[in-house]
Amino acid sequence: MSDEEPADIIQTLPLDDWHRERGARMVPFAGYHMPIQYEGIMPEHLWTRESAGLFDVSHMGQLFLTGDGLDAALEAVLPSDVSGLTEGRQRYSLLLDENGGILDDLMFSRFPGGIYMVVNGATKWDDIAHLHEALPEEININHLDERALIALQGPKAVDALSRLAPGVEKLVFMTCGKFDLAGTEAWISRSGYTGEDGYEISVQAEEAERVADMLCAEPEVKPIGLGARDSLRLEAGLPLYGHDLDTAIDPAMAGLGFAIPKRRRTEGGFPGATTVIKHLAEGAPTKRVGLKLAGRQPAREGAEIYAGDMLVGKVTSGGFSPSLQAPIAMGFVTAAHAATDTALQIDVRGKRLDAIVVPMPFVPHRYVRGS
Amino acid sequence: MSIFYTEEHEWIAVEGGSATVGITDYAQAQLGDIVFVELPASGRELSKGGDAAVVESVKAASDVYSPVTGQVTEANSALEEDPSLVNSAPEGDGWFFKLTLADPAELEGLMDAAQYKAFCDGL
Repeated sequence: MSDEEPADIIQTLPLDDWHRERGARMVPFAGYHMPIQYEGIMPEHLWTRESAGLFDVSHMGQLFLTGDGLDAALEAVLPSDVSGLTEGRQRYSLLLDENGGILDDLMFSRFPGGIYMVVNGATKWDDIAHLHEALPEEININHLDERALIALQGPKAVDALSRLAPGVEKLVFMTCGKFDLAGTEAWISRSGYTGEDGYEISVQAEEAERVADMLCAEPEVKPIGLGARDSLRLEAGLPLYGHDLDTAIDPAMAGLGFAIPKRRRTEGGFPGATTVIKHLAEGAPTKRVGLKLAGRQPAREGAEIYAGDMLVGKVTSGGFSPSLQAPIAMGFVTAAHAATDTALQIDVRGKRLDAIVVPMPFVPHRYVRGS
Repeated sequence: MSIFYTEEHEWIAVEGGSATVGITDYAQAQLGDIVFVELPASGRELSKGGDAAVVESVKAASDVYSPVTGQVTEANSALEEDPSLVNSAPEGDGWFFKLTLADPAELEGLMDAAQYKAFCDGL
């Protein structure tokens, strides 16, 4: 007997009962029971694209960082402009290893008194350990495991949420604030990972059911499973950690150079800076590309990509696009084969399917940007 | 005509020395929206429990196995145009392929409708 819990114990999240009462099919994901679907990936996906979907993303790690010298300390860890981030603004960033390999991707925001950060569920414990090691002692890392996180995504998310939390309609993409959401304090950002306009809403765990009930009582909103979240983010051309991103990939390869502003490219001073800056300036040896396949058969993660007889890459995410009614994929190919319109083949169980490199996103983003 | 079921959720409807094979209503419900079906070519020899077809949903690909040994005589070409027939009529128009039985005695190890229902209820 050991005092330690077995690593494979699957935990429940605040909305577990809520999902089951609504007929969700629950599966283990990132150490938690999570809803994969309710009525089906296809209808849930299309509902989100035309109305609003409620996603439970409480498995993700929510952190709040405080302390003297926080901005400078974080700039030694993240390749972002932290010091220039004003209150109420949010940015996408990356945790990098010494070679520039991606340990995780994340969102961070400036709130009064500190930086709020959302990291991936499957990597959150490693991320916390990494931050503890990389940041000086003066920096306090508070893991907000008493909070739930709900994403409300889709073109009508603003209509539904602004009735319950007046003022959220004034936010634009990648801005955030604290709002009164029907009597509870909610930390709300206008962001998400579906390519749609929408919000991410952090509330105390004990308020999660009440908030989810109220949101789903709005005519625009239905609960949506993680299956559709994955097909939505693939259509949006957004990489998913553990699939399209890992430590073998650096930001230049992944096409995430936008997360590293000019000042940081000039000054460096973040993990892996030498490699990353070189790849950003000269071009990376492999690149993340979008692929559209001929026919209807999808290519899945792990499928090899060929140019004639030459192996040139691998699919990292693939599926059938509900919006386009066609198979799409994301993968990494050598730079010489990464140009738009390059004709390639993908090996699916010994059969070569024709594919073509296309620009991403596959389905246009509908973020509401400020003027 | 007799219908048998496998633990892998295929059904096989037998008439004389030939049979029609598909996946069950239970299986299609588990898979969700089906977007593509890869079927065996006519003339292909299938072995009991061996790979016969691949069914793809939005999210994942799943193998379909042959319930018996035999030779494929026809694949359901309607599924090329409309794979969702597997969702709407899994045990009807959404059939996968027809074959000639090599050894009818292989059917003895399969479940009948009542046994299969009890099997699914226990899952």
